[in-house]
Amino acid sequence: MLMSDATGLMAVPLPRSTEARDLLPLTVRDVTLRFGDVTVLDAVTLDLGPSGCTVVIGPNGAGKSLLLKLLHGLMLPTSGRIDWAGRTPQQATAQQALVFQKPVLLRRSVAENIDFVLKARGLDRRRTPDLLAHVGLSHKSAQPARLLSGGEAQRLALARALATDPQVLFLDEPTASLDPASVLAIEAIVSEARARGMRIILVTHDMGQARRMADDVVFVHRGRVAEQGPAPAFFDGPQTQAARNHLNGIIAV
Amino acid sequence: MLNYAQSGEILQNITEALGLAGALVLSGDPDLLEIVGLSLQVSLTATVLACLIGLPVGALVATARFRGRGAVLVVMNALMGLPPVVVGLVVYLYLSRSGPLGFLGLLYTPTAMIIAQTILITPIVAALSRQVLEELHVEYAEQFRSLCLTRVQRVQALLWDGRYGLLTVGLAGFGRAVAEVGAVIIVGGNIDHLTRVMTTAIALETSKGDLSLALALGIVLLVVALGVNAAVQSVRMTAARHAYV
Repeated sequence: MLMSDATGLMAVPLPRSTEARDLLPLTVRDVTLRFGDVTVLDAVTLDLGPSGCTVVIGPNGAGKSLLLKLLHGLMLPTSGRIDWAGRTPQQATAQQALVFQKPVLLRRSVAENIDFVLKARGLDRRRTPDLLAHVGLSHKSAQPARLLSGGEAQRLALARALATDPQVLFLDEPTASLDPASVLAIEAIVSEARARGMRIILVTHDMGQARRMADDVVFVHRGRVAEQGPAPAFFDGPQTQAARNHLNGIIAV
Repeated sequence: MLNYAQSGEILQNITEALGLAGALVLSGDPDLLEIVGLSLQVSLTATVLACLIGLPVGALVATARFRGRGAVLVVMNALMGLPPVVVGLVVYLYLSRSGPLGFLGLLYTPTAMIIAQTILITPIVAALSRQVLEELHVEYAEQFRSLCLTRVQRVQALLWDGRYGLLTVGLAGFGRAVAEVGAVIIVGGNIDHLTRVMTTAIALETSKGDLSLALALGIVLLVVALGVNAAVQSVRMTAARHAYV
């Protein structure tokens, strides 16, 4: 069945996974990350429920991307505990996927970028056409991946992330510097993944996107979680001056 | 300082050499073709073997972080400057009748020349490929870790994605091999119709005083090297047009 939306993207929905989803909830306790004398994350404490989309926002340099990498197991905290329902981040990495702000695409064709991941993870390589159709890139299948436009490249990175059917999908500013149509296309794919039960953790500076996508919000400021809560409550009445300043576009001095 | 008479003599030699080189190539001189063929056979085989050994080593060092890695890099880089005569001498000692591998009877055969050239250029291939692949690995490392790839998968992916950059590495190895004379003359012996290659033939003709023939062979060697370089460069340019470099 084809699904069309306002972006013009013809996305084919992927089948719902039958695998047990056992990585959540996530518990983060007093996680600190230091580089030498510089503390970039300071006693971060978080609890994330089993479903929905958590949007992480905060000023540049607040530590959002580093927090994502810690949760995904790409970095080790200096101290503190991250617990994915009894597993360490490193034990949970294989059931997760991360889409970087600047997509890292292999020097191969579009289809081969997907094929590579399916092969490496021992998954059915016949799914490549479905995954490409899902993100509206079937017609670019044989084209070199690095000649794709920014929006197409990010859609391919998303398809590659979805290829492993992760329980948790991390997105680190996936729509930064994309045009509005590309932004909506990415959001449509992510929303569809969320609807299929995938847990989404999205870092963004786009407050419109945060309002559209968020079920709950984590506001990071100067390496600390300054606020966490349901999205409507956060956007309607932020509790901290830093969050109010951020939402109003005031740069804290 | 050269005087006019000497300059004229050199010019005359070069003119003669160019004419002779053209005549040799155009006439399809069988001796020349044999020498060129053996040179290419020995150097290309050594390059392939060096790539089979050196590329995985380069990729492993590019992706691994271990104690003493800095020292390994210094040694790898230093080995790029291996003196050919020393390599030739060591291979000679191993392959000579009284050496540990003397029973193989390989001394003064093209195989011995391939072994010597392989030893000579493997460090070049390993060190240069490490450099190429490490730059690629910096770009891919986090994505690979996110995908939970094994080390073997990472190395395979790097070698495949870096294949066009590695062509240049192979080319550097081939260039060193085909231009090398010290090692092949020791282990090959420059035997006519058996182990005579372009460089050893040039050395021989120079020592005999037939400078025109030596220069002609040198010109043919340059043309061969230029042809291989041009072929590889055209492959790289095609790849660059497709953003695969």
